[in-house]
Amino acid sequence: MTLGGQYGTVAVMLVFGAVLYAIIMLLNRLMRPSVPSPLKLSTYECGVEAVGSGWSQMNIRYYVFAFLFVIFDVEAIFLFPWAVIFNDLGPTTTPSALYALVAMFLFIGTLLEGLAYAWRKGVLRWD
Amino acid sequence: MTTVIAPVATLLPVFAPAESLLDTGGTVVSLLLKIAFITVMFLVVPLVGGYLEHKGMARLQNRRGPVEAGPAGSLQLVADGIKFIQKEDIIPGAADRKVFAMAPAIGLVATLLSFAVIPLAPGLFALDLELGLFYVLAISSVGVLGIMMAGWASANKFSLIGGLRAAAQLIAYELPLILVAVAVALQAGTLSLVGIVEAQQSSELFGTGISMWYVFPQALGFGIFFLAALAELSRPPFDMPIGDSELVFGYITEYSGIKFAMFLLTEYAGMILMSGLTVVLFLGGWQPLPGLDLPDGALGVLLGAGVTLGKIMLLVFVMIWVRVAYPRLREDQLQRISWTVLVPLSLVNLAVVAVGKVVAG
Repeated sequence: MTLGGQYGTVAVMLVFGAVLYAIIMLLNRLMRPSVPSPLKLSTYECGVEAVGSGWSQMNIRYYVFAFLFVIFDVEAIFLFPWAVIFNDLGPTTTPSALYALVAMFLFIGTLLEGLAYAWRKGVLRWD
Repeated sequence: MTTVIAPVATLLPVFAPAESLLDTGGTVVSLLLKIAFITVMFLVVPLVGGYLEHKGMARLQNRRGPVEAGPAGSLQLVADGIKFIQKEDIIPGAADRKVFAMAPAIGLVATLLSFAVIPLAPGLFALDLELGLFYVLAISSVGVLGIMMAGWASANKFSLIGGLRAAAQLIAYELPLILVAVAVALQAGTLSLVGIVEAQQSSELFGTGISMWYVFPQALGFGIFFLAALAELSRPPFDMPIGDSELVFGYITEYSGIKFAMFLLTEYAGMILMSGLTVVLFLGGWQPLPGLDLPDGALGVLLGAGVTLGKIMLLVFVMIWVRVAYPRLREDQLQRISWTVLVPLSLVNLAVVAVGKVVAG
């Protein structure tokens, strides 16, 4: 493969996906009727007139969950290379498999402590 | 630290991607073949899954399902597509027009790209990336962006709440999904999906010589992965983001016509993708039975593709079955299950696999 190797193919596929969506929308544009009316374009709120803006306030809980997620997602990025290398480690290699295992347990343990703290603080409860 | 890391780097074998059958002819031909492959996986296979849902759900509810379009109603979804493409495209006056129009494309492209690394048979895949598992998890989670955009751009309270619920749900269940996938990568020693299937072919149950798939040592992981996959797809019983009894249709409320159809197509394609990933990670990919290898040559490729697609459809049927059998969860129950049950359990699963790896040698 040329075109920058395998990830070049991914880039071409990305462009293809965008073009596919564009073609479908173009076909739709050619075939659809367009009869807008103020009532049709109003915001849907079960038949009654919409009160206030659709961009209303939201629950702050979502923000805390997003924070928790970022912490663990970064952890996951460190876990993947560890998982692949771990296979090639043994009792005699430097570092030994046991060393790598304990190191990762310490790392995950630190993060779990954070989760336990959030749990104890009641962040994970929804009421 | 450099003194510790350096020897490891020399231990690592250089990754050589498996040869894809689609790499024939010139660069352009193989590129076109690969694009055709992901298009079939995205546009055709989900239609089969959708038909299975129509008919399976109908039979489970003592109905007949579609019967008119095509033999036994099998062309119902094609007819739906033709209908959708002729429908007026309504964009609410209050909506953010550009974001509203772009939102369905994000999920569509993300799912389409994810199919590039799913292997159907030996040699029958578009790409064998060294980071295949990482790639598919990363790309497929971009889809949440499209859902957030749809929820926000609609300028509708139902859509906004649905979009936020979807985002919170998808990030909460992303974690158990990733942590279980890491455990599989740990056992296989590679992130390449083709490599994971091949590792399962040669893996044995605790050195007894009995062949096995990863579903046997990691039954817990398999359960967590399937649950998390259901939640990632917002399939019932995890369909609070589009809970129709409370949120009309969640983030899709204001969408109609072809854009609505795009969301629907992405959902069905997502079912195929997640089932495919489950098959590759836990159910031995193209292997018909543990320890039973495919014949060589074209017959093997055809058989392998049939076996993989068959397993995928089996899992899709389980998803439909679950939809019919279980009522919807509440939003607080959903978050609690993920953070206080599934995340700790998936870490336990990872620890058990890692310790087992050290003990075994």
